[in-house]
Amino acid sequence: MNAALAEAVIAGGRPVAAEAVLDARGLSFAHAGAGTVFDGISLSIRRREIVALLGSSGCGKSTLLRVLAGLETPATGEVRFLGQPQAEPHPRSALVFQQPSLLPWLKLADNVGFGLDFAHQPRAGKAALAARVAAAIEAVGLAGREGAYPAQLSGGMAQRAALGRALAREPELLFADEPFSALDAITRAEMQALLVDVVHRWHSAVLLVTHDIDEAILVADRIVLMGGRPGHLVQEWSVDIPRDREDHPDAVAELRLAILAALRHASP
Amino acid sequence: MTGLLFPLAGLLAAALLWAAGAGWMESTTPVASAFAPMATAEALQALLLGSDLWAHVAFSLQRVAVGLAIALALGIPLGVLTGLSPLFSTATTPLFQFARMISPLSWMPIAVMVLGVGDAPVYFLLAFAAVWPILLNTAAGVSQLDANWLLLARSLSATRIETLLSVVLPGITAHILTGVRLAIGIIWIVLVPAEMLGVSEGLGYFILDARDRLAYSDLMAAILVIGFLGYLLDHAARSLHRRWLHA
Repeated sequence: MNAALAEAVIAGGRPVAAEAVLDARGLSFAHAGAGTVFDGISLSIRRREIVALLGSSGCGKSTLLRVLAGLETPATGEVRFLGQPQAEPHPRSALVFQQPSLLPWLKLADNVGFGLDFAHQPRAGKAALAARVAAAIEAVGLAGREGAYPAQLSGGMAQRAALGRALAREPELLFADEPFSALDAITRAEMQALLVDVVHRWHSAVLLVTHDIDEAILVADRIVLMGGRPGHLVQEWSVDIPRDREDHPDAVAELRLAILAALRHASP
Repeated sequence: MTGLLFPLAGLLAAALLWAAGAGWMESTTPVASAFAPMATAEALQALLLGSDLWAHVAFSLQRVAVGLAIALALGIPLGVLTGLSPLFSTATTPLFQFARMISPLSWMPIAVMVLGVGDAPVYFLLAFAAVWPILLNTAAGVSQLDANWLLLARSLSATRIETLLSVVLPGITAHILTGVRLAIGIIWIVLVPAEMLGVSEGLGYFILDARDRLAYSDLMAAILVIGFLGYLLDHAARSLHRRWLHA
């Protein structure tokens, strides 16, 4: 096995990294009447770490993301954000969805700044918020389009705006649920590179939910494979391939085959 | 320029057919000359320069506004309730679909009996005609709210009021405006017959009055005015919708 690919089977009771931004222990979740979605899931995300949660459609990874983001309450287990038990979504976390889900009645700048002045958000001056919005728009390459409405943006531009909206919250942790799977292949590649670039500049950690093995390998520092019914974490890989990873096709291909082999074992 | 060319050609062709039809009827029915385009145009000019027609137009438009306002005041809350509560929706859907299919004009005798002669039964008929498209579109708007918008609001720990004011109400406004556009179309169609009973002003009344005065050119002119105003109202409702969506 390539030395660049350190492989580790998920084991219970892993020591919690001191710099964990998110730490989840023993999570399970069940929909009323629909049975257990996932069970026995422990996952820790370090500061500035990009973690890809990889799994087939319907394996419960989106539900897991919502539980980790504080949008759903787990049946058992606990989620800690920056060491504190999380009862509701943390102000220093942000969401990006598969669809841009911009508010069509707001200009781009107002979409990016949406909700920053809500009652439960940390207090910040108008000028400080405006600067955060401007920096986020600049980072996602939409400077000059502040006055545009969502209907006037292409699909790729709208998803850039959605990423900007998440950045404006200066997140410690960005939850991204298949954020690029609705985009064409060329735009998707651009957005993957942009995501890595901006989260490095913003010093944010990312939990990227995806069913795209290549996306996970190109973007993530660590890949966690989810599978089974009820869902559980099957295996994980640290991705030590230097960036840009397109320049190391052999290492990418080797990891890809390792993940495919694991997927074959995981599926019944 | 070509954008205007074909619509104008269509209108011109219709005017020519109109003139030919009136000319052909004139040989057997002399009174048909009063319906001809030129006679109508002269009557229209006289009416536009006078004050009578404008007064009738003002009454009619005021009734449109009142009828629409009542329909909005009832339709939006009921629509939100229908969209939010599956129980309320299940309980009321057959009733609403049933009531919606009754021509509002069939209520006219009952409306006059209950509300008396005057504006009240006209308002009732207009509101009754207009409430359904507003109610149904509001309900559709609520049920089609992007679930991610609500997730986004929750991820920002938005309060109920913040969610209502910054996501739900603006999120259903486009649907409400679609309902308004349909409602205006229906109101305008129901208005004229509704004004033919028990009121002494308005465009519907003017049509009947012109018939009684044997002023057939005035009658034709009023028909043109009704069509033109309806077109303007629809255009206004449509551009309001477009402006909101910035499409």
